[in-house]
Amino acid sequence: MANDILVFGEVRGGVLKKMTKELIGAARLLAGAGGGSVDALVIGAGAGAAAEGVRNFGLRKITVADDEPLHSYSTEGYAKVLADVVTRDKPSYVLLGATAMGRDLGPRVAARIDGVMFSDCVDVRVDGGQCVARRPVYSGKVYVELVRAGERPNVITVRPNNMPPAVATGGSTPVVAHSSGVTREMVRALVAGIIPLEGGRPDVTEADVIVSGGRAMKDKANFKMLEELADLLGGAVGASRAAVDSGFAPHPIQVGQTGKIVNPKLYVACGISGAIQHLAGMRTSKVIVAINKDPNAPIFERATYGIVGDLFEVVPLLTEELKKVL
Amino acid sequence: MKIIALLKRVPDTEAKILINPEGTGIKEDGIKFVINPYDEYAVEEALRLKEKTGGDGKVTVVCMGPEESTELIRTALAMGADDAVHVCDAALAKPDAFVSAAVLAKVAKDEGFDIIFCGKQAIDDDMAQVHSIMAEMLDVPQVNVAVAFEIAADRARATIRRRIEGGDERVETSLPAVISCEKGLNEPRYASLPGIMKAKKKEIRRKTLADLGFPGVPGEARSRITRWFPLPKSGGVKMVQADEPRDAAKELVRLLREEAKVI
Ligand SMILES: Cc1cc2nc3c(=O)[nH]c(=O)nc-3n(C[C@H](O)[C@H](O)[C@H](O)COP(=O)(O)OP(=O)(O)OC[C@H]3O[C@@H](n4cnc5c(N)ncnc54)[C@H](O)[C@@H]3O)c2cc1C
Ligand SMILES: Nc1ncnc2c1ncn2[C@@H]1O[C@H](COP(=O)(O)O)[C@@H](O)[C@H]1O
Repeated sequence: MANDILVFGEVRGGVLKKMTKELIGAARLLAGAGGGSVDALVIGAGAGAAAEGVRNFGLRKITVADDEPLHSYSTEGYAKVLADVVTRDKPSYVLLGATAMGRDLGPRVAARIDGVMFSDCVDVRVDGGQCVARRPVYSGKVYVELVRAGERPNVITVRPNNMPPAVATGGSTPVVAHSSGVTREMVRALVAGIIPLEGGRPDVTEADVIVSGGRAMKDKANFKMLEELADLLGGAVGASRAAVDSGFAPHPIQVGQTGKIVNPKLYVACGISGAIQHLAGMRTSKVIVAINKDPNAPIFERATYGIVGDLFEVVPLLTEELKKVL
Repeated sequence: MKIIALLKRVPDTEAKILINPEGTGIKEDGIKFVINPYDEYAVEEALRLKEKTGGDGKVTVVCMGPEESTELIRTALAMGADDAVHVCDAALAKPDAFVSAAVLAKVAKDEGFDIIFCGKQAIDDDMAQVHSIMAEMLDVPQVNVAVAFEIAADRARATIRRRIEGGDERVETSLPAVISCEKGLNEPRYASLPGIMKAKKKEIRRKTLADLGFPGVPGEARSRITRWFPLPKSGGVKMVQADEPRDAAKELVRLLREEAKVI
């Protein structure tokens, strides 16, 4: 059975999210066996230029919708475009990134097309012609695998940094312009502006490296030390809830159950005990380094590498040693 | 204003979650259940909006869940909500997201609303979708992951800050709308003693599917869980030891480069 797949290419600030290649990789897996085709849909200001970045990925076609009412994100405007394209092309599966936009849009589209919704998946594969999706539940304490029951179109959001990105295969995919028919009047909730987070570092949900500090940081000023290490590695700074509640760090960088769920290649936990709610946010990191003065801190049970020591001593040394080799 | 706050009963964040012997779900015995933490922000924001707009404002808590949800509904009433609808029906023991959304949408429609506050996600199934599906069914706009909420003077519009990667979006919406709440939006109040006394007299309207006018469960399950499994065990920690902290740092850098190959 052939599965046609639609990939939603998210554009932020005129740039196609890097996650799109991971979605194309996942889509190829799902389409692969049965000979289905993979399409992409790119919406928003600069969508045409952004789509150029994936024209050599062996897609069947790329639909681009960039009319003016779509220049600012709106759930309703974007949901209409997605739903219309799904109705036109009838894909079996629709893949979006589990980003702020994808998580907002996915369920709305699924409802509009009377489909099925799987959120926040960490893996997809094909079994018997069906997509089997894996997702964490209970804050990642257990996992489930699920399949759709029946033939309704299935919207799936996939977490960043989980599926291997597709590599270019050459060729030049045709781009189809889509006139959305969305008007300002149709949109009842509209993004009127974006307030950027100070710091200019990547967001914790998108960073490959995160250096996090806990209560042991003692003071806001001490986070400088972590910023220096993070900047060296092109990463982001994170924090435990205790650090956020103590006013050392802002909530947008809190990692954990009531913060962000992150999945970097490298997570460095400095003076973080490893409470279950913190682990809920970072335990799927590929490599976890724990620096803690208590050898019995629970964080060591989940860590890949551990150093027992005073972070105020170890972190600056680590930065120095890294500078020597990078 | 007519304000609805959605409330779901979920396991406490500290709870140890184990898979049942049949492999069909989790072991529920011994687990403490609480109000979904994000729904606490929803209740709080609903109360603040009512306090701000005054007049004949009313906050109704809507919960779909087992019998035991009653005590959590009482907690929200003790915080200050005016009344509640509790949908409790054995046929809804393991509802599909679309079923939950259909039931909650029906209640909202029956009650009438200017605004619905809910959590950005329930920390049991972690789906973050029931409310958005419900918003589509109700044909009202949604704004997800709110960290700030401001009602306009005319009470027909609201401005919300919603958290995205690397910042916040400022969203302007007309009302009625569904707003899902994120940590940081507010500090939920504790129930006061007089609040707890008053809550005892507040009305919780119990409803079955039949009471809501559904002949049976609205819709079939659209997905099927084929497997439950525990978190894979971690490979174990390698402790980096050295007499001098500098040597430990040096060795860690080597391991990250040569063994783990992450930098
Ligand atoms: C509903 C709920 C939701 C929650 N959500 C989150 C969440 O999203 N994220 C989160 O992080 N937590 C969350 N928590 C809180 C969580 O339970 C912990 O309280 C919190 O993670 C502890 O933060 P911490 O590790 O920084 O502090 P602590 O637990 O106090 O640990 C500090 C650690 O630093 C070590 N230390 C001290 N001095 C030094 C030094 N000089 N050098 C090296 N190590 C040192 C200590 O040995 C200790 O292990 C939540 C809790 C609840 C109830
Ligand atoms: N059974 C329910 N009763 C009341 N509210 C619910 C229920 N299920 C979900 N919700 C609301 O919808 C939000 C998202 O839920 P979910 O999609 O399950 O993560 C929750 O935070 C609740 O506010």
